[in-house]
Amino acid sequence: MSEQAVLTGEHFMTGDEAAAEGGLAAGCRFFGGYPITPATEVTEVMAKRLPGVGGVFIQMEDEMASMNTLLGAAWGGMKSMTSTSGPGFSLMMENLGLGIITETPCVLVNVQRGGPSTGLPTLVGQQDMMQAKWGSHGDYEIIALAPSSPQEAFDFTIHAFNFSEQYRLPVLLMMDESVGHMFEKVVIPKAEDIKLVPRRITKDKPADYLPFKPDDDLVPPMIEFGEGYRVHITGLTHDEKGYPVINAEAQQPLVRRLCEKITKNADKIYMYDERELDDAEVVVISYGITARIAQQVVNECRAEGKKVGHLRLITCWPFPEPIVRKLADRIKGFVVPEINLGQMSLEVERVAGRGIPTICVPNAGGEVHNPEDIHAVIREVLK
Amino acid sequence: MFRPSKHIREKYLEEEMWPSIFCQGCGIGTVMNATLRAIDKVGLDIDQTIFVSGIGCSSRVPGYLDADGLHTTHGRAIAFATGVKLANPELTVIVFTGDGDMAGIGGNHFIHAARRNVDLTVICVNNYNYGMTGTQVSPTTPVGGITMTSPYGNVESPFDLSALAIGAGAAYVAKWATMYPHEMMTAIKKGIEKKGFAFIETLAACPTGYGRKNKMKEGKDHMLWCKENTIGKSRYERLSEQEQNSCGKIVIGELRNIEKPEFTAEWSKLVEQHYME
Ligand SMILES: Cc1ncc(C[n+]2csc(CCOP(=O)(O)OP(=O)(O)O)c2C)c(N)n1
Ligand code: SF4
Ligand SMILES: [Mg+2]
Repeated sequence: MSEQAVLTGEHFMTGDEAAAEGGLAAGCRFFGGYPITPATEVTEVMAKRLPGVGGVFIQMEDEMASMNTLLGAAWGGMKSMTSTSGPGFSLMMENLGLGIITETPCVLVNVQRGGPSTGLPTLVGQQDMMQAKWGSHGDYEIIALAPSSPQEAFDFTIHAFNFSEQYRLPVLLMMDESVGHMFEKVVIPKAEDIKLVPRRITKDKPADYLPFKPDDDLVPPMIEFGEGYRVHITGLTHDEKGYPVINAEAQQPLVRRLCEKITKNADKIYMYDERELDDAEVVVISYGITARIAQQVVNECRAEGKKVGHLRLITCWPFPEPIVRKLADRIKGFVVPEINLGQMSLEVERVAGRGIPTICVPNAGGEVHNPEDIHAVIREVLK
Repeated sequence: MFRPSKHIREKYLEEEMWPSIFCQGCGIGTVMNATLRAIDKVGLDIDQTIFVSGIGCSSRVPGYLDADGLHTTHGRAIAFATGVKLANPELTVIVFTGDGDMAGIGGNHFIHAARRNVDLTVICVNNYNYGMTGTQVSPTTPVGGITMTSPYGNVESPFDLSALAIGAGAAYVAKWATMYPHEMMTAIKKGIEKKGFAFIETLAACPTGYGRKNKMKEGKDHMLWCKENTIGKSRYERLSEQEQNSCGKIVIGELRNIEKPEFTAEWSKLVEQHYME
């Protein structure tokens, strides 16, 4: 890989810039985008940087189109990426679904702002977490990562590309405005130290190749257009050959496999950060910018001798059920601060069950939590 | 009449997928056949030719071809095609779309791709209605046209798709009807050969849908309609301005063929200037 693509060294940059650099370091050479605050900087860095590394940048007419170009470019043989925020994320839902059913690798960065609708263009939110999982119609499973710092915006964009190639689906980087606009030190490793998952190109000859016949891990190997495989890729329910089959016999195994390639491999996908969980009586679960405030609160609690731990989600989807279930068996309760009125907390509650309380610390957006609000709920649960 | 020859069938069709979903007398088959003949004439390597389509009867064509194809979402084919072409400019990318797909839900993608002059060949089957969903009004339904959602006659003015393409900046634009398959084939051939955004509009019968509701139940009725309602470009140009304004006919023929900078070529120049080892 050219040295230009991987800016090895120490930098001071925003989360948005770091996500763009992470994409380039992961080998992304196609970016289709549409400007929107607070994600515009990702687009601008890509516009500036891609020609220098032999890539393609295009500003499309809307976010439906930018999502579409990603899928087209992926079948054309490139790693592709886009960035957006709430209103654009809504427009991308249609073709996120097409990416899922056609099993097309690509990465979508959502720098979340306050909604609904145009809401708070310049201010923070974490309100698209359920939309990420449920926003496109039909049953599907998704992979979504939440960075808490510009360094993680860089690192997790690379993880996102690797997951997208490994499991063949669009992967979401669910950033938020605070992380996106925050300046911090970002260390970019040497190109040879960055582990990249290559595209799973088939070894079969065209005559033997079935485009949707999965390997043992339920993921089918891919091809590039123009290599003589003559594949038909459709958003309709299809058989292993890729041709439309409009009946339940085709639908059942296809949709189940699309979901199971994530759920059955989830143990290999889950990423989270465990802090002081061993003796914890109360566990705070958080992600993104909120995790930084939550950690501060947990540190204060520990200083006061309170047994409080912190589980920071990195993959919000798939939701790391096993660790939450394990904790639920022995703690007094979960406290879930998030910059929405209760989204991932619903997932915690679903997994933890009704035996112990799961209490959301809601925040409708526009600012991060006041640590005292989290503190107060912890005190309540500890009582 | 204009059936695929054995040579064309064997070379380009995906046998397993036939018979097709197309109704008897549907114009889509003629457009597909003209396209395959054009591809054969140009001598395209089918392994380097990618078909992209949206949703609708017209958009089902790639499913019947033995070639790489991407059958996408309603209206979005041109945006997907843009991604494929930009990722690998060596490929020939042909888009199959319908009036509803391209000019209704996908109108924005259409005009912007024409403006950018991306090297795509867009073939639109204009059958004046949403055929697949059962005859609803489309952006090209004539005034007074009866459909399930214009049961008392369409009150909206239709788009002239070719004029739209010209206005948006397409490099090549031609409009033909299925009753002129050879001319249509020549236009598609020229469109494929054009380095730039080429648009071929094909007026086609939908006997099951628009035809049934508008006294064109059979394929040949549409032919008669075309005879009455279209005029060749050269004849039209010989009319006086007054006659042109009052004839009320659809002008068919090659409507534009110009040279202008093409997106992928311009992008490669940019990369050459900025590429750093
Ligand atoms: C987002 C979305 N809206 C609506 C539909 C339903 N739909 C399927 S085909 C079609 C119309 C197609 O019309 P046209 O492009 O003219 O194709 P034709 O069937 O006439 O060839 C519609 C509205 C859809 N598939 N997706
Ligand atoms: S409904 Fe109309 S467009 Fe669709 S296949 Fe039948 S005749 Fe053709
Ligand atoms: Mg139509």
